[in-house]
Amino acid sequence: MVSSIVTPLDRPNVDTDQIVPKQFLKLVQRTGFGKFLFHDWRFDQNNTPKKEFVLNDSKYTGSHILVSGDNFGCGSSREHAAWAIKDYGFDVVIAPSFADIFYNNCFKNGILPISLPKEIVNDLMKTDSVVHVDLASQTIQYNSKSIHFDIDGSRKKTLLEGLDDIAITLQHENKITSFEKNHVL
Amino acid sequence: MNITEKILARASGKSSVAPDDIIFANVDKAMIHDVSGPGVIKVFEKLQKQGISTDRLWNSSKVWVAEDHFVPSAEKISAENIVKLTKFTKQYGIEKHFKYGMGQYGICHTLSHEEAMVLPGEVYVGGDSHTNTTGALGAFACGLGHTDVAYVLLNGRIWFKIPETLYFKLNGKLPDHMMAKDLILKIIGDIGTEGAAYYAMQFGGSGISEMSVESRLTLCNMTTEAGAKNGIIEPDQKIFDYLSQRGATKYTPVYGDADAEYAKVYEYEASELEPTIAKPYSPENIATVRDIAGVELDKSYIGSCTGAKYEDLEAAAKILKGRQVKIRTEVLPAAISIYKRAMENGLIKIFLDAGVTVGPPTCGACCGAHMGVLAKDEICISTTNRNFPGRMGHVESQTYLASPLVAAASAVTGKITDPRDL
Repeated sequence: MVSSIVTPLDRPNVDTDQIVPKQFLKLVQRTGFGKFLFHDWRFDQNNTPKKEFVLNDSKYTGSHILVSGDNFGCGSSREHAAWAIKDYGFDVVIAPSFADIFYNNCFKNGILPISLPKEIVNDLMKTDSVVHVDLASQTIQYNSKSIHFDIDGSRKKTLLEGLDDIAITLQHENKITSFEKNHVL
Repeated sequence: MNITEKILARASGKSSVAPDDIIFANVDKAMIHDVSGPGVIKVFEKLQKQGISTDRLWNSSKVWVAEDHFVPSAEKISAENIVKLTKFTKQYGIEKHFKYGMGQYGICHTLSHEEAMVLPGEVYVGGDSHTNTTGALGAFACGLGHTDVAYVLLNGRIWFKIPETLYFKLNGKLPDHMMAKDLILKIIGDIGTEGAAYYAMQFGGSGISEMSVESRLTLCNMTTEAGAKNGIIEPDQKIFDYLSQRGATKYTPVYGDADAEYAKVYEYEASELEPTIAKPYSPENIATVRDIAGVELDKSYIGSCTGAKYEDLEAAAKILKGRQVKIRTEVLPAAISIYKRAMENGLIKIFLDAGVTVGPPTCGACCGAHMGVLAKDEICISTTNRNFPGRMGHVESQTYLASPLVAAASAVTGKITDPRDL
């Protein structure tokens, strides 16, 4: 369960070049990328925060839920984009739609991407209330509204149990080993 | 079943698959480069901490490595990443590591076809979103994130949801002033940057049969910009000849069935198409070149996996021969093999005579990393694939995406120019 106010990033096609600009791609530690999140939108040339950018509005400090427009995460496949979002403190990203590779990368990095109809996303962007996202029951609650969201069962398990695909496969190691023993070519 | 479905059915040992089925496919080839490679190494380190063995790869002979994004190294972190990548390939016995400064090297997606690394009917994944490019050879090719690539390197398999297919039919041969780039920009403009999200984009029709292999690669390359899972074209004799010239003859091509199904069919008449350009800041933001002709430029960039294959250089040279550029212009052949052919056939001399700077193969300024990035307010025409804010440099620079013909014609006038109006 994640409960926080939402950070509205009201634009479509937020691409991974914006999420983490290229100058940080050569860094490969998985932590510490939060400071580069939306870097060129957040900071000017002197590295001073740009007042007008939503992440620099103190109102949203401590928010764990990012809400944005269509096709979030399009562009380059850089997994750094997911690292930065997670490291900054976002656990949930809500948008009408996501780009495929980014969507997959989220689950490998403990981020829940939720795709919802545009009207609901627009409504979420406007709310100042605390929003509760419960993965177990697949519901979002705010302002006495309750919204169901869809998620693939195996991905839900991935996030709830903190596993990645490799760990999930290894849960079946005994079965895999016995299969391999009985199917020698 | 169509070609994408048939390749994935075969790779997962099933007699048939349908859209939305989840399958576990055996991978034939996997690629990492100097951005995704160090990312994969990090994932391996995390797995080791969890007690998971990363002692050997599933099959080192099926993995290959490119140095492209940050070569030549502009500073020490990039240099260290190359060292890290080199250690990795040594440790795991990966022989196909195309190293900067050691013969053939270049942009990963260009090597995939220049070196016949990927063959018809295969499943190919890479740690880069433009991995879609190589589907033009009749393979299933798609990009993955670092964790997924790490999983493939260890297990040789990965799951996919079978995508539905959008079929794009081109009737008739593109006229001489047009290139595949114009067509794919037009398509992205029509369907939008998420118009093919999780679809396969398949190209066919008489216009595609007429197209060269390299033109087909340009089409599949930019399926990524429409959000596609993969881009694909059924292979024909041109593909087989192209591959046999590169020493590859053993493979089993796959074709769709006569009753193959497509989610939607789009038809284009070659004779009705116009040279097309994508304005800042999205590949879907298209216009005809004539509609916006005259926009003043600071730079013309002819490079990248999208726009610096041999025929791209040939097209640029056709325009630049005997002319002078009016703005800063760079040509960066996408691989050493292409550079060499361009030199042997006199293209490099044409470029140098025209005042162009010719650079080494690199992703360089295409991704705004180094080697000619843009300053604030600078405007560039580019043969690359993305023009998001800051993609090629400063967040307030602007990039127009166009074909090599248009980029070269615009270099000559210093303004956006249709090659017919030169």
